[in-house]
Amino acid sequence: MTALPERTEKKLGLVIDLDTCVGCHACVTACKGWNDQGYGVPLSDQNPYGADPSGTFLNRVHSYSVQPVDAAAQIINFPRSCLHCEDAPCVTVCPTGASYKRAEDGIVLVNEDACIGCGLCAWACPYGARELDQDAGVMKKCTLCVDRIYNEALPEEDREPACVRTCPTGARHFGDFADPQSKVSRLTAEREGFALMPEMGTKPVNRYLPPRKKDRPEEASLLAPLLDIKATGLAGWLDRVLGKI
Amino acid sequence: MGQPKVETSPKVSDEVRKTTCYMCACRCGINVHLTSGKVTYIEGNRDHPVNKGVLCAKGASGIMQVTAPSRLRAPLRRVGPRGSGAFEEISWEEALATAVSWLKPLREEAPEKLAFFTGRDQSQSFTGWWAQQFGTPNYAAHGGFCSVNMAAAGIYTIGGAFWEFGQPDWAHTKLFVLFGVAEDHDSNPIKIGIGKLKARGAKVVGVNPVRTGYNAVADEWVGITPGTDGLLILSLIHCLLQAGKIDLDYLARWTNAPLLVNATEGPEKGLILKNAESQPFVIDKRTGMPAPWDGAGVQPDLGAVWQGHRTVFQHMAERYLGEEYAPEAVAARCGVPAGRIRSLAAELARVAFDEAFELPIAWTDFRGDRHESMTGRPVSFHAMRGISAHSNGFQTARALHLLQILLGTVEVPGGYRLKPPYPKPVEAHPTPHFVAAPGKPLSGPHLGYVRGPENLALKEDGTPWRIDKGFTWENPFSAHGLMHMVIPNAHAGDPYKVDTLFLYMANMSWNSSMNSARVMEMLTDKGPDGDYVIPRIIYSDAYASEMVAYADLILPDTTYLERHDCISLLDRPISEPDAAGDAIRWPVVEADRDVRGFQSVLLDLGVRLGLPGMTNPDGTAKFKDYADYIVNHIRRPGVGPLIGFRGADGQAEGRGEANPDQLARYIENGGFYQAHVPEGAQYMKPWNAAYQDWAVATSFYETPQPYLFSIWSEPMRKFQLAAEGHGFLQPPDYLRERLKLAMDPLPVWYPPLGEAAAEGFPVHAITQRPMAMYHSWGSQNAWLRQIHGKNYLYLPTAIWEGQGFAEGDYARVTSPTGEIVVPVAHMAALNPDTVWTWNAIGKRRGAWALDQGAPEANQGFLLNHLISELLPGEGRVSNSDPVTGQAAWFDLRVRIEKVGPQERSEPAFDVLPQVVPKGRARA
Amino acid sequence: MHPAPSVIVFTVLSGLGFGFLALLGIFGAQGMAAFFLWGIGYGLAVAGLVASTFHLGNPQRALLAFTQWRTSWLSREAWAAVITLLLFAPQALSDWLGLGWGRGFGIAGAGMAGVTVFCTSMIYAQIRAVPRWHHWTVPCVFLAYALSGAMVMGAMRPFAAWALVLLGVALALHWHFGARAFARAGATMESATGLGRIGAVSVFEQPHTGGNYLLREMIFVVGRKHAERVRMIAMVCSVMLPALALMFLPGVAAVIVAVTLHLLGALAQRWLFFAEAEHVVGLYYGAR
Ligand SMILES: Nc1nc2c(c(=O)[nH]1)N[C@H]1C(S)=C(S)[C@@H](COP(=O)(O)OP(=O)(O)OC[C@H]3O[C@@H](n4cnc5c(=O)[nH]c(N)nc54)[C@H](O)[C@@H]3O)O[C@H]1N2
Ligand SMILES: Nc1nc2c(c(=O)[nH]1)N[C@H]1C(S)=C(S)[C@@H](COP(=O)(O)OP(=O)(O)OC[C@H]3O[C@@H](n4cnc5c(=O)[nH]c(N)nc54)[C@H](O)[C@@H]3O)O[C@H]1N2
Ligand code: SF4
Ligand code: SF4
Ligand code: SF4
Ligand code: SF4
Ligand code: SF4
Ligand SMILES: [Mo]
Repeated sequence: MTALPERTEKKLGLVIDLDTCVGCHACVTACKGWNDQGYGVPLSDQNPYGADPSGTFLNRVHSYSVQPVDAAAQIINFPRSCLHCEDAPCVTVCPTGASYKRAEDGIVLVNEDACIGCGLCAWACPYGARELDQDAGVMKKCTLCVDRIYNEALPEEDREPACVRTCPTGARHFGDFADPQSKVSRLTAEREGFALMPEMGTKPVNRYLPPRKKDRPEEASLLAPLLDIKATGLAGWLDRVLGKI
Repeated sequence: MGQPKVETSPKVSDEVRKTTCYMCACRCGINVHLTSGKVTYIEGNRDHPVNKGVLCAKGASGIMQVTAPSRLRAPLRRVGPRGSGAFEEISWEEALATAVSWLKPLREEAPEKLAFFTGRDQSQSFTGWWAQQFGTPNYAAHGGFCSVNMAAAGIYTIGGAFWEFGQPDWAHTKLFVLFGVAEDHDSNPIKIGIGKLKARGAKVVGVNPVRTGYNAVADEWVGITPGTDGLLILSLIHCLLQAGKIDLDYLARWTNAPLLVNATEGPEKGLILKNAESQPFVIDKRTGMPAPWDGAGVQPDLGAVWQGHRTVFQHMAERYLGEEYAPEAVAARCGVPAGRIRSLAAELARVAFDEAFELPIAWTDFRGDRHESMTGRPVSFHAMRGISAHSNGFQTARALHLLQILLGTVEVPGGYRLKPPYPKPVEAHPTPHFVAAPGKPLSGPHLGYVRGPENLALKEDGTPWRIDKGFTWENPFSAHGLMHMVIPNAHAGDPYKVDTLFLYMANMSWNSSMNSARVMEMLTDKGPDGDYVIPRIIYSDAYASEMVAYADLILPDTTYLERHDCISLLDRPISEPDAAGDAIRWPVVEADRDVRGFQSVLLDLGVRLGLPGMTNPDGTAKFKDYADYIVNHIRRPGVGPLIGFRGADGQAEGRGEANPDQLARYIENGGFYQAHVPEGAQYMKPWNAAYQDWAVATSFYETPQPYLFSIWSEPMRKFQLAAEGHGFLQPPDYLRERLKLAMDPLPVWYPPLGEAAAEGFPVHAITQRPMAMYHSWGSQNAWLRQIHGKNYLYLPTAIWEGQGFAEGDYARVTSPTGEIVVPVAHMAALNPDTVWTWNAIGKRRGAWALDQGAPEANQGFLLNHLISELLPGEGRVSNSDPVTGQAAWFDLRVRIEKVGPQERSEPAFDVLPQVVPKGRARA
Repeated sequence: MHPAPSVIVFTVLSGLGFGFLALLGIFGAQGMAAFFLWGIGYGLAVAGLVASTFHLGNPQRALLAFTQWRTSWLSREAWAAVITLLLFAPQALSDWLGLGWGRGFGIAGAGMAGVTVFCTSMIYAQIRAVPRWHHWTVPCVFLAYALSGAMVMGAMRPFAAWALVLLGVALALHWHFGARAFARAGATMESATGLGRIGAVSVFEQPHTGGNYLLREMIFVVGRKHAERVRMIAMVCSVMLPALALMFLPGVAAVIVAVTLHLLGALAQRWLFFAEAEHVVGLYYGAR
């Protein structure tokens, strides 16, 4: 199934608001927790209590320093997971058909039963969205919580990705980009959501909302003193202030 | 080949059990999924008032806490030298018998020889009560090293605090200013709140030397120099006063601004002027004559002068209009340009006054005056340890409350709102109780709010009653005790020696102590008689922490999913501004080891010791276990640990007899209960008659307690008077000047106390809470330790480039107390005179069932080794706030020198022998 | 990129093997010599292919790799390799047993061998996320190695020398373009994060202090320090010394020395091919 569908009915994906993300890593462990027992094999850890722990995670939160030309440096937290690209190179490189993009909703998935663990799809992904699980030898990636979003065993309101459900600041939004009226489409339009590394030609579905302008020069006029306190003393000030009520 | 069929509706689990998270003090509601009897998934409880479904990184990895290999497995008795980690497993019977054999004689002879301190305890109303029954004055929890500055400054000023006891009106606020907060106890509520502001496009300002986390998303960052917030805030007040941008109506009605300050020279000078009935009074603008402060229709005159006595308002204005508070005068000291201060003041004023709004909520105040609406001032503040963990933190927090009051933005729509049982004036709190007598319980709770020198815990001879010297001239308002001083004082025998140190969940040989290396020595020091200077140590932990190795007897606790707990309105509840709330934990899985819930163990011990309250006259146990206590303990008539589902039919709220079904009803309800504040009572609570009546009905106090906010603090002035030589109780001379300075009845700023000794140490060194780690215990969590497995000291550009640091370098960090060598990294978004690191990532080798090569124990490090527990100078004075005894963690000053690349941090302590086997694979 | 031994061995041996098979296919051999020579060719090619399975997480499912020939170069390579090996079989038999079946299969096989090596190279060259690989010089290098290695092995002296020159040129071009490939691809920390609109981007804090697959597999910073030296080794060993050996050393000794050096050089080149290739994901970690 390494041919990409010509078009998908829906374009499900995430909007991540970089103006709001505080970098708490909640989405990281919520994702790990859900997917450790959900779709496919568990997300293994190597040397979990050892000198060199490592493990499989489907979502990681970076933290960048950004230096504007004429203002204080900023720190911007930056979650990174699969962007469910429309032109997903990770799909077309897969020799087994394990990697595929779903025709109905555009979710890019790995069929673990068919995955030989060659790692090629991870090479092909510019975004580092795929991690080969060292215990199981199969490729792991964000499933967009395909086993939650349609899950009839879950209450309606819980049919959203684990990372979105847990994000304490509400910096993550899930929805259908094919529907211009969806929340994700509207947010993208209103806040000028952008795609990562467009030059890679992958046409990501996920969008990031840019941080709002920070540390802007003050617009409000500075406070004008009521009067010259040095000249009038406290009494003059009291008169002026209390005269007002 | 077609597209594979994916099972999109798999069954999630067999069963969901709702309880309360314990990975931090936020106490979120969790849904614990069980499959075949095992915990398989944990998610947030959407109906829970605290977290509304969300979880943080720690909460979402709780499963790894419950399966951690570091869990203790059985009671342990020390068999080798202390600190060697040589233990033998013993039975509970032996363990309890041992404890009783140590404690019983103490109770009968000198109960104060037991020091019982309980760390980050969520059952303080119970553990405190136990200590009270035992009769020792030596009890407190962790508040003294945590944030008592916030708690005390809040209570003494507005009758409620920051910390988790209030929150901004997230729905209405338009400008939110955050002072010194990285995470706080209200982790998820603050994040949810910031998310709401962001969604509305409201403005967030972060005042913090470091721009991470909340400060990273702040629209404006004020990169202040540590320890100078008080000065910045008083300068903002200066600007607002100068421009007349203050809420005069609010000040006149709801604060002590119109009260008169006694101007007569002598022992009453500076106290609030009282009438013949000992009542403060105001001058009524309508008549120019004195009138009761709470009289109906009275219009207090802020500008009044009566027989030479001026109002608090005038004293305040006079002080802060002074040129020393002008932005230009404070800018360099604060590291904030004057223009920035002025524009922040302007922005505060603009939003508070130009964007004021009315909510059509009719209400009646305590004077009987009716109001048709409530005025909203959409400016709010929050602050935490960035201001409180300094030795000028109490006064800084008071300054911030003053700023809020001047803007009229406490308890109004859009402002800062307190959560029941707050607001609550000082008068509604107990005073401290401390008089120990052999075989007798204490006459009341240990901790309380001092009104004047007469409440100090001093013996006849002027020496402290308490081992931590709480409630003494050194720190009169130490409302949470000083846990950080217990070991140093017990070791020094100052004020006296203790016999048994009984600790519960506090890692005192490591990250919870100042000068940790020295504290480890104090714990193992022997006297000339060959006995340990601190003869006996009992400790309850759930995990193989660094502290375990230093105890003689270990009482292993369960993990949070395996026991009953009670999050009670009697100590730190889970209320919201609109609802009082409490919650429980219950064993959603059975413990698979020989461990017991600590509270149940305490009850068992209590019965064996024959403590009143928990023992029947025939010597049998009054409560089967903690669960039984939670349901059946009666603190005051009709009042118990939980407010929900009381009374025989479970219908009563707040007050009512015990209900045997109470826990079942809580479990059914998701593990929590909320009592909703009635319509019309949600704001203006200190003065709102409807709220006051509801608060009485719901058991927070026995009669309505309306009060005025204290701009001028009379209890403080009483201490100043004593320091000036008035009154019978007199401080020692070496503390007089410091009392005069620190106990100023109006907020003041003074340089952090360590400053004088910091000559040659030009750089401020602070720590921050990582959002994804909880103190020391996150490191045993296989998921979290992959995120934060080691820490760096972050250096500002000036130091990084100035000394030519490169990636991979280490630096020698020297303070007046010690020296460490640690890995460094560069950070541009940092105050140029500040370095910082994540708190408590560093571990001791061998602890927490981690490999000896663990990065936490080799590269990770603590700043604690650099922080002295004492101030230089006379009298073993603790390195704490002089008002409250709050540990001054962030006063630390250091010098930085480049060392170059290195393999590991220094100092490297010996490997702790492992008390549980090292963890290998994930369970 | 992590220079995994299995992949280095795979590409080097299979390239050499298919190249050598192609020569045999075209020019043939006789009798026991044919048996040995075809054996060597098959041995190399198959050893390479077997080595390639060592880096699979689930080699037992390797047959599934034949299913996606329409889109996947790896799948195509699998098919091409099998077809090539099958095509050569009758030719080898004929050569060995002297069946005189003409060179039809051999020539077709040689064509397919070229296709196989091309497919192998395209596994890498298709990866846009590794700009150094995403270039026409990659198939050139792979094909030039196959050709020149085969000719060295076949001791086809003058041709071998020309093929080695060709390889030298291919390598030089590959390195020349490679040096600028990352910059030309246009991916930067600014575009990777989209934060360039605010200012210059650098890493403040890594997302994890523990290790992960990406750091192990894609972010191999150790190798590039030695790039210049390894480049020299590759050029000298796989191009110059074999050429010299073939020119100045006599007979079989020349071939053994030349082949050994050439192989060494090829291994060095292939190690560097991975070690110095920077994956754009490194931008997120601020370390390529
Ligand atoms: N440098 C520096 N030092 C600081 C601070 C700082 O900002 N900078 N902050 C200070 C502050 S505010 C605090 S509150 C302290 C916190 O420091 P600690 O009080 O040391 O906090 P924890 O690391 O949470 O450890 C408490 C102990 O509780 C144990 N524990 C965990 N769960 C359970 C349980 O269920 N039952 C029992 N019985 N035990 C359990 C843990 O294993 C651990 O040993 O650190 C203080 N130290
Ligand atoms: N994830 C997580 N949550 C926790 C904890 C944890 O360990 N992990 N611990 C809990 C506990 S016990 C506590 S006490 C709370 C503490 O929660 P916080 O109050 O958020 O405590 P800290 O992380 O110590 O943060 C103090 C902040 O103040 C800043 N700061 C330091 N000095 C100054 C100063 O002089 N002025 C200003 N304006 N800022 C300054 C620091 O940069 C830092 O951002 O967190 C609780 N919540
Ligand atoms: S982000 Fe990577 S893994 Fe996800 S679809 Fe795009 S290329 Fe594939
Ligand atoms: S690792 Fe698995 S999913 Fe990825 S390309 Fe190889 S077979 Fe396909
Ligand atoms: S959508 Fe699901 S799988 Fe993807 S990052 Fe979020 S939680 Fe993980
Ligand atoms: S949970 Fe939300 S706020 Fe936290 S790191 Fe993830 S996206 Fe950011
Ligand atoms: S903030 Fe996190 S760790 Fe703390 S109680 Fe809530 S979910 Fe648990
Ligand atoms: Mo704390």
